[in-house]
Amino acid sequence: MQSKLFNWFKFSSPATFYPLAGSIARFSWLITLALLAVGLYMSFFVAPTDYKQGEGYRIIFIHVPASWMSMFTYLVMAFWSILGLMYNTRLSSMMTQALAPTGAMFAFVSLWTGAFWGKPMWGTWWVWDARITSELILLFLYLGYIALHGAIDDKRRADKAGAILILVGVVNIPIIYYSVEWWNTLHQGATIKMNDKSTMDETMKITMLIMTFGCWAYTIAIAMQRVRNIILEREHGAQWVRELIGEKA
Amino acid sequence: MSFSEWLDMGGYALYVWGSFGMTALCMIAEPLLLNRSSKAIRQRIARLNRIEG
Amino acid sequence: MKARHQRLSLIVIGLAILGLATYLVLNALEGNLSYFFSPSQVHNGEAPKDHVFRLGGMVEKGSVKRAEGDLTVNFVVTDNNKTMAVAYTGILPDLFEEGQGVIAQGKLNADNVFIADEVLAKHDENYMPPEVAAAMQAGKEAAAK
Repeated sequence: MQSKLFNWFKFSSPATFYPLAGSIARFSWLITLALLAVGLYMSFFVAPTDYKQGEGYRIIFIHVPASWMSMFTYLVMAFWSILGLMYNTRLSSMMTQALAPTGAMFAFVSLWTGAFWGKPMWGTWWVWDARITSELILLFLYLGYIALHGAIDDKRRADKAGAILILVGVVNIPIIYYSVEWWNTLHQGATIKMNDKSTMDETMKITMLIMTFGCWAYTIAIAMQRVRNIILEREHGAQWVRELIGEKA
Repeated sequence: MSFSEWLDMGGYALYVWGSFGMTALCMIAEPLLLNRSSKAIRQRIARLNRIEG
Repeated sequence: MKARHQRLSLIVIGLAILGLATYLVLNALEGNLSYFFSPSQVHNGEAPKDHVFRLGGMVEKGSVKRAEGDLTVNFVVTDNNKTMAVAYTGILPDLFEEGQGVIAQGKLNADNVFIADEVLAKHDENYMPPEVAAAMQAGKEAAAK
């Protein structure tokens, strides 16, 4: 894995990654604020009314980004879990640990906004159809990982157990995505399809994408900040941490 | 459209604001909590540094 | 083989086995994961006879009837292959409409009418402003002529 241009493993040391994470976080926060500001403005003042759902459909501008982020974050956690198990690097597991709470938050938001959208449109706050049930399972997987990792005192063992839990649960992600195709569900099919024949007005689609990228930037910013916390906590005995913090926090 | 009309969201006010409101709560609370724990971690390490010299 | 390659192989094999197990389980559960039966499935005898189940499909155009002085509404659910008559007493969701999706929960009575105790509206994944919808509708009507 030694590339002549860049030694990736340099950044697998918490000490060298710590300042880089700080820079990424600062940059990401700026992007987040810009994208969410534009996205929210468009959500309420630019995107047109929907012919069937009126103003109520605007929930889509937070429901879909949150749902996508809840799934994508889990896949990223699975990636870091594989890397951590393969290379035994502490930082890979720290990244998994850093992403979990935010992934859980977006899974919760997906279910909450979904319920608030379902009540007026479908006529009910909740149904146990395949899409919604598998998203709830995703939330449980996130919470399960956080609980499991917190419960094991030896953090390297916690990392390994957590990584295995994440990988066992990763099969849930395609289930969530394809549930609306494989089974009869109340939840409708995908609006943005990968073969680009999407069934959504252009302005609405752009608004939704901007909100999605905003949530993505938010996740990066938070994860970078959180991993810095995790690094300080887990490496607190290291010389570089002691020198960095000094005697006054 | 007047402000109160906009706020009403075509009758869907409870659902739209209930959704965006909860999301805003989460996305504001999360970084705030993170900042707080960051401070706590640094203080703990500083105290350890003072004690262990 | 390097240790990490060995670990990777184990992970990949583990995931593959997990995927296979999931596929087998889901296959076995098949019908039970679906949220509703279509009219065709009910006609095929796939739905329980004396038990509550869910019927899903489209509300047939022109089939919604409200009897005078009666809170019951009657309509027909179709999947463009078979139909089922439904009777429901209660408030219908806002998005309930002829030509739109619906999921009803209830039981079949002796006359093969589905007596529903709950009706949910199912909407599709299309989003567009009213002008575009109107233009599409006009275009469809012109093409039908």
